[in-house]
Amino acid sequence: MTTTTDPTRERTAGAGATTPASRPLRRRRARRAWLGIAYASPTAAMVVLFFLVPLVLVGWMSLHRWPLLAPPTLNAPDNFTGIADNDLVRSATWFTVKYTLVITVLLFAISLGLALLVQHRRPGVGMFRTAFLLPMAVGFASASLLFLGLLSDEIGPVNDLLGRLGLVDGYVSWTSGSANSALTSAVVLVLWRFAGFNMLILLTGLQAIPPEIYEAARVDGAGRWQTFRRITLPLMRPTIALVLTLMVTGSLLAFDQFWILTRGGPDNSTTSLVMVIYREAFIRLDLGSAAAISVVLLGVLVVFNVIQLGVLRRRSN
Amino acid sequence: MFDSRARSRWGYSVTGAALAILFLFPLLWSGWASVRTGSGFGLENYDRLFTSDNGIRPHHVVNSVVVSALTVGGTLVVATLGGYAFGRFRFPGRDLLFLLTLAILMVPYATILIALYVLLGWLGLEDTLVGLSLVLIMFQLPFSIFMMRNSFEAVPHELEESAQMDGCASFGTLVRIMLPAVRPGLVTVGLFAFLTSWSEFFAPLILLNSTDRFTTTLAVVNMRTASHGSIDYAALEAGVVFMAVPCLVLFAFMQRSYVRGFTSGAIKG
Repeated sequence: MTTTTDPTRERTAGAGATTPASRPLRRRRARRAWLGIAYASPTAAMVVLFFLVPLVLVGWMSLHRWPLLAPPTLNAPDNFTGIADNDLVRSATWFTVKYTLVITVLLFAISLGLALLVQHRRPGVGMFRTAFLLPMAVGFASASLLFLGLLSDEIGPVNDLLGRLGLVDGYVSWTSGSANSALTSAVVLVLWRFAGFNMLILLTGLQAIPPEIYEAARVDGAGRWQTFRRITLPLMRPTIALVLTLMVTGSLLAFDQFWILTRGGPDNSTTSLVMVIYREAFIRLDLGSAAAISVVLLGVLVVFNVIQLGVLRRRSN
Repeated sequence: MFDSRARSRWGYSVTGAALAILFLFPLLWSGWASVRTGSGFGLENYDRLFTSDNGIRPHHVVNSVVVSALTVGGTLVVATLGGYAFGRFRFPGRDLLFLLTLAILMVPYATILIALYVLLGWLGLEDTLVGLSLVLIMFQLPFSIFMMRNSFEAVPHELEESAQMDGCASFGTLVRIMLPAVRPGLVTVGLFAFLTSWSEFFAPLILLNSTDRFTTTLAVVNMRTASHGSIDYAALEAGVVFMAVPCLVLFAFMQRSYVRGFTSGAIKG
């Protein structure tokens, strides 16, 4: 997705740089460079102050005992050794990985299915697309509260509906009954909220495939499944890689859905890593420990993304 | 042949309609549940949403509006200038800065918010709406800069050159000639910034401490997390509807240009 090749077709370049006539051109180019720097300076200020500085700071904090309300003292590497002894971190890591796998597989399958369903102009296609996209306009926290009510026994219709269909027997407490039902609730919520968005990205990839290629495949007598496997999937690779990266990153950083829908329960069974970071920082008031977990999580994500980009680049060559 | 095509059209319509109903159902249900009362239909739930002890207050709504306005405005200004710089100028450090901006996507959120909390304290911006908005603008930058760079690149060079020939200064060219040409991109970036800042939960949760600085989202979620006994689900659904309606209305109006901006700018190559 990041083509950093230079697209600004600078017409002044290569106009005979050694002739005397090129001096005004060169001066003009220097002036444009300064203008560019001026226009880019707000971006640079934001990126340095609110991204690079915190990035360094989080590493610095992880080396210190950093209570919320007292001056920090150096204690490296206690925060990192503390992680290994923390049972909650261990169970949260395991849970977060499991959740990430489940979400990535299901969300990808559903989003791709939806994208394939609505990729052609057909009657009703605009309505379908809108219906799938609308949930993404609802904030994720609001969506979590919506599902809290929807799945509740007090006002929610789900238990009634499933009971009438004979699928459940009596009262099921979806969001807090058991570890599995709590996870399922969160998964359904995330699928509902994010399938449309991922469908949109996949749709842009699908529509970037030139129709002539499909035409040629049909002339060659390729079946539907063959066309999908031999043409659609390979040509969609960059888009698919992007979508998968977004899904994995998003799931590893899950917070809202568990904080609001399941409260991390029952018995911490749906406590994600980011919830542990929050708890270390603002409930146990130990910012250093929170920073250490952040640094580890950060490292994992960067390694994952670098591998992902490497695979992507190699295949697109 | 004809038969199978008719059958596949049927299959498409039925599947599409069933899925559409499935996706729309939760939205419709929350609207219905928010007006249902013990005896019939009415606005009692909304009444409780605004008057109960840990319900939301008008200043929470004002806070949300302020944060959204600052975030949308700030994102548009920074991303327009930055996108123009990346799309139309060559300068030292350009590619590095662009990559760094995109790297914000790779290092998301939770991992640096703890540090941002400390940093905003040093800057005297802890527990302020301005500090929160600055952080939200930063998180909007990768998408917005990428989008605006592509939008500016797509504008024909002749347009800019003829304006400069007429003696337009660079900034004048940007405002009078370029901005109208990149409007779809601006709409997409602005809408995205609004949807995020209006509904954002995690960043305000960490960066805002005092309850009178809370945004609406924080206040509504607080009704659930602060309740130790029973949860007032109906008032919660009223809160959900109250939060979602502005977003849904905006989204419905702008969906076309939003999707168009997305498909033309966001994912190239």
